[in-house]
Amino acid sequence: MTTRTTASPRLETLPEHTVEVVSDSGEGAQKCGQIFGSVSAKMGNGCWTVEIIPAEIQPPARTPGSASGVRIRIGSEPITNWGDEARLVVALNEQVLLARHRMDALAEDAVILIEDMWATHSDESIRAAWDAAMKEMSGRAYRFVRVPIEQQTLTLTDNPRHGKNMFILGLLAWIYDRDLARVRKQIAHEFRKKSAEVIERNVALMELGVSWAEANVPFRFAVPPPDEQPEMVVMNGNQAIALGAIAAGLELCAMYPITPATSVSHYLGEIFDSVGGIVHQAEDEIAAAGVAIGASYAGKVAFTVTSGPGLALKTEFIGLAVMAEIPLVIVDVQRGGPSTGMPTKVEQADLLAALYGQPGDAPKVVLAPSTMEECFHCMITARRIAEALRCVVVVLTDANLATGVTPFPRPALDARWHSRQPDQRPVTETERPYAWDERLGLSRRFIPGQRGGMHTLTGLAHDEASHVTYAADVNQRASTMRSRKLAVLQSTLLAPPIVGPAEGDLLLVGWGSTKGAIEEAAARARHEGLAVSSTHLSFLSPMQPGLKEIFKGFNQVMTVELNYSDRPGDPFITEENRRRGQLSLLLRAQTLVDIDCWTRVPGQPLRPGQILEEVRERLAKGDAR
Amino acid sequence: MSDAVCSLLSCAMDEERVFGLSEYEGAPARWCAGCGDHSILAAAQRLLVEEQLAPEHTVFVSGIGCSSRFPHYLKTYGFHGIHGRALPVATGIKLSRPELDVFVVMGDGDCCSIGAGHWVHGIRYNMNMVVLLMDNNIYGLTKNQTSPTTPEGYASNTQPQGSYLAPLNPLSVTLGVTNASFVAQTADWVPAHLFATLKAAYRHKGLAFVRILQRCPIWTPDIFRQAVIDPERTQVLHHPAGIEAPEIDEIYTNRIEHDPSDLDAARTFARTSENVRIGLFYRDASRPRYEETRHLPVFTAEQRMEALNAELDRHAV
Repeated sequence: MTTRTTASPRLETLPEHTVEVVSDSGEGAQKCGQIFGSVSAKMGNGCWTVEIIPAEIQPPARTPGSASGVRIRIGSEPITNWGDEARLVVALNEQVLLARHRMDALAEDAVILIEDMWATHSDESIRAAWDAAMKEMSGRAYRFVRVPIEQQTLTLTDNPRHGKNMFILGLLAWIYDRDLARVRKQIAHEFRKKSAEVIERNVALMELGVSWAEANVPFRFAVPPPDEQPEMVVMNGNQAIALGAIAAGLELCAMYPITPATSVSHYLGEIFDSVGGIVHQAEDEIAAAGVAIGASYAGKVAFTVTSGPGLALKTEFIGLAVMAEIPLVIVDVQRGGPSTGMPTKVEQADLLAALYGQPGDAPKVVLAPSTMEECFHCMITARRIAEALRCVVVVLTDANLATGVTPFPRPALDARWHSRQPDQRPVTETERPYAWDERLGLSRRFIPGQRGGMHTLTGLAHDEASHVTYAADVNQRASTMRSRKLAVLQSTLLAPPIVGPAEGDLLLVGWGSTKGAIEEAAARARHEGLAVSSTHLSFLSPMQPGLKEIFKGFNQVMTVELNYSDRPGDPFITEENRRRGQLSLLLRAQTLVDIDCWTRVPGQPLRPGQILEEVRERLAKGDAR
Repeated sequence: MSDAVCSLLSCAMDEERVFGLSEYEGAPARWCAGCGDHSILAAAQRLLVEEQLAPEHTVFVSGIGCSSRFPHYLKTYGFHGIHGRALPVATGIKLSRPELDVFVVMGDGDCCSIGAGHWVHGIRYNMNMVVLLMDNNIYGLTKNQTSPTTPEGYASNTQPQGSYLAPLNPLSVTLGVTNASFVAQTADWVPAHLFATLKAAYRHKGLAFVRILQRCPIWTPDIFRQAVIDPERTQVLHHPAGIEAPEIDEIYTNRIEHDPSDLDAARTFARTSENVRIGLFYRDASRPRYEETRHLPVFTAEQRMEALNAELDRHAV
């Protein structure tokens, strides 16, 4: 397609649209996408971003493995997941585009704005690669718009690697009619650590993109924001965890670098000092847990943030915190596993490890936020529970929440979220450090500095006085008391809400970041006339009450999870030996209901369309079980 | 480790209190008869009395092993944690409550084997605490397994043909770590020197690392026998700036002059030799202490909420 001037481009008004920007790693596609997402959210659009991350920092350029970028789904209503396929893509070369094509990430008739320099490149092998890629993609009805991105960028900068992304931002700003004043402001914010000259050049490049698009692009998409909405904030899940930790009054974050959890500490490192908090970068994952436990034992509230391999290393310390009843909050930003697995990719496969990772009986509380907003608020809940019950609280988020950016209502801060200092009144002679309330299993916590409270805490089996004992009755009682606390907590929880009718053919059950995709799939199924509802659990240990009652309303119940399960019908797989999704396993055990699962480990978020397809198939088959 | 700062949480104490030995006595020690740990416990209790440390302001942190039962036998706060991990716990305590007096008690398995990573980094953090390595050259509690400090050729249950490797030298390792600020060695059978060493360690501002050679009468009765019987086999590092224990001067006449500010000399004297060397190898009170580097002012809930609000503004739509 050649460039041409159009006086009045075709304008399509849409309820939502999904955009991707992909480039070689290091060309700034992510920055461009983040600014576009932030501006859209700030204009009031619903928005959800997902990073497209290559495995290496500097993979070879112009290869499918180099694809780096971001998907931004914007809408007139709140957006709760990354959607199905991208409808508009900006690609800086055909190879990174090919990577997305091969992943079925692009809509059948997607509009593709592509750098056109490769088609006519002086290097024959590059021209051949272009032709081969175009041939491979020719089966689709993609609509290509060839854009001289580098050529245009070179009119304003000598180094196009640092500038093409801003030109693209301008294209998108024009196509989606973004508020240019906000775009300029957001550029200034993103490059606040750079010189004024850099900011000015980036703004100029963006404006060049706008005018090029105005002169050459024959279409525009309008995704109008709603007229009114509450005051919103925009951030990713790891930032929400960090701000939630501050809101909760947590004072010390002990951590060891691990993807995708580390950015919590990057962000905290920037701002924690200014509120009297400390980020301690420990020598290893084990030490990070130990430092948090030591600080918590000494009366400060501490947390540690990690991912799967780190959670594994912290296992023994977590057992100690359970045994000695030391309050502790652990955030596990889940990634693909086992072992090093897929560090930058999402998975929900640490659920059983979080519940049962410790040898011996180690009851813990496990929470799973399902949105960025919940990432913020769950830290306050987690701290409260950890201190009230003298227990370990594991917060399970994942890479999808960690890196995704979305707007949510601005939290109304409340100073009461900061729990009071623990009771420091002197301890009388008859009091004991584990004087378990027979009914509740709770006991008063003594803290160093507290007069009369001296005792030696131990990970060995101990009695009320914290004296080591292996007496059968004492160990039975202590185990009962530690377990009782979870039942007490469970008695305060509400049943999870059902989205959709309380009766039907199929109930989808999820946990964590898949909520938006599951609910969207169920809503679309209902729209098609299928009797499908969904429910989502935010407490995994203890389980929320009323589940069995909820399940009774449906002919089939199925969990949807981002973890591994055997597929029925595969070689050797039988009803008896089938390994099931982690939540379904727990629910079957807790409720004795025959709960099925549909789980996948693609290393990326589930798409609502995939879930919908499974729902249709299942209901078409009748009782699939 | 002599910060006489009042705890934020407990400065309600105003009356004069005097602590006698009984104020520091916990459960009766259940180590074997003849175990060197008894002597170390007595020295620590004497230190607590002499320094009049408030029991509620003092925390003994240990790992796992015979020596790690130490906190149970005291009536201070105690943290008997997991194997090898005493130092991270102590780091967390000191980082969040720098006004507490923190003592860390580890065995040679704890410090030099399973927890060796924490040892290296603990020295580097140089937090104001006393770290005791009670080194009996063997795993005792689990019944006679070779430890990193077991002499080469010494038979154990895990290496019955004799230890395959030359032992690790804890003093050399510690003196090799950036930011080491106090490194001393003493022995359980020289109580006056042991006490003087603990006292100097406590008075040091920074991490005071004290290796205490400790007899195990059950598994390694021979290892220190010659040194115990023959005072000539013990060389005392001597210097006006070193550790003063005049009570032992008449018996231990084999002395080396060593200035504890001389790191190179300290590393030379720390090398494994035929003799047992006790005394202060190195001291530099000017090394930065992590809890001071990282010290931050305390904010009220309202102040924190205000700062948080300002931060939320940055994310506002």
